[in-house]
Amino acid sequence: MTSSSDLRKTPLHALHVSLGARMVEFAGYEMPVQYYEGIIKEHLYTRTQAGLFDVSHMGQATLDGDHPASALERVTPADVAGLKDGQQRYALLLNDDGGIKDDFMVARLPSERALHLVVNAATKESDFAYIAERLKGRAVLKPLPTRALLALQGPMAEDVLARHDYDVIKLGFMKAGSFRIAGAPAIVSRSGYTGEDGFEISIDANEADHVARALLAEREVLPIGLGARDSLRLEAGLCLYGHDIDETTSPIEADLAFSIGKRRKMARDFPAAERLMNALLEGTKRKRVGLRVLDKVPAREGAEIIEKSGRVIGRVTSGSFGPSVGAPIAMGYVETPFAADATELAVMVRGAARPVQVAPMPFVPHRYKRSTQGV
Amino acid sequence: MADLRFSKSHEWLRVDGGVATIGITKYAADQLGDVVFVELPTAGKKVSAGGEVAVVESVKAASEIYAPVSGEVTEFNAAIKDDPSQVNADPEGQGWFFRMKVAGTGELEKLMTEAQYKDFVKTL
Repeated sequence: MTSSSDLRKTPLHALHVSLGARMVEFAGYEMPVQYYEGIIKEHLYTRTQAGLFDVSHMGQATLDGDHPASALERVTPADVAGLKDGQQRYALLLNDDGGIKDDFMVARLPSERALHLVVNAATKESDFAYIAERLKGRAVLKPLPTRALLALQGPMAEDVLARHDYDVIKLGFMKAGSFRIAGAPAIVSRSGYTGEDGFEISIDANEADHVARALLAEREVLPIGLGARDSLRLEAGLCLYGHDIDETTSPIEADLAFSIGKRRKMARDFPAAERLMNALLEGTKRKRVGLRVLDKVPAREGAEIIEKSGRVIGRVTSGSFGPSVGAPIAMGYVETPFAADATELAVMVRGAARPVQVAPMPFVPHRYKRSTQGV
Repeated sequence: MADLRFSKSHEWLRVDGGVATIGITKYAADQLGDVVFVELPTAGKKVSAGGEVAVVESVKAASEIYAPVSGEVTEFNAAIKDDPSQVNADPEGQGWFFRMKVAGTGELEKLMTEAQYKDFVKTL
């Protein structure tokens, strides 16, 4: 076991402790898994009010150069060059075989040449090294280790944040811009990892405590830990890197082909493009699916998925109790002939086959606020 | 007179007339967080001290519950199967897991008293 002194801390560490958080190791950081209310209440609160998450452990960076977007397209199949001012996109970082090195967000901030990237905490060092190396001479990656990242998520997030900068209401889903939150200059994007409307707020680490306290002082806002973050994203059908996707999974079998830009599909100019386009046209051997557990036993990561004959046809990659669903839910990979909605399968939990059914994702409808206004 | 004892794996055990009621401690329930499912042994199951008897699932993970002493399961708490949140709400009362006939008193002596358990938790 790693002693807590070896772990990295975010700028909000002291605030978490003072709020009574239970701190756990996550991606080398000491992070709050839950606060006093517990995961289920925190989860449900985020779906009805607004939850504040510290995601400062994630990796932020800028990518600058003459044409940073076309440079970045060397390592991702997303349409980065097509990003308009103030637009953000979900993208995959691919290795040369088309395996997923990470998933990340890329934004073009209004009237700025450099792109803003947010990558996963556990992979940030390797991502940054990989991007810098692969884009050498074309673009310069500059990690931003002194920036904090907060996520404000839930149906009341807009009302709350608008009290601090009214202009955030003009941001549509997956749009980003510069604002002032509690006096601090902030890069705000309308996005998140819960399936709810919400924002991610990037600020200087020195301002993090002040901004977080200002948001927590709003009556609709409670602090939410990583436990509820995980159950919220699972209900929203969103992948967790290192679990649902990794270097052995392709974007096609992971059902993430939407993140491949149309122009990129035509041009076939991304890593392993021929292989991935063939997979897209001809299908893959396995597919990522949602699973509803028909009794009360949670199916956890690693559990085998079997068909009627008892043959193993896949494995669970994420599994938990879904507080808003009110039952256990999971996602995993199954052989493609078993991937159709409502297919009856079973998962092995402690030696017993438990009935599950392939279910469409998200398990809980997304409530993103898509706006045509845009900034 | 009921005798309350504790194990290092955070089970409590209350012995009354050779029958022990077993559950998890408040400390364990708080550490687990919201309990969403329990798997309980059926009556008649013979268990030995330290053996796995039940499973408790929180939102995040599954944890095993061990028999603090050897004996035979006589009863399980159906109420926590229907409403697992009782394990969090009242772990050392309504949230009990199962009852068992204790085979002998020797193993009981090795378990911690309440005072000893409180000291033990402080070291964690």
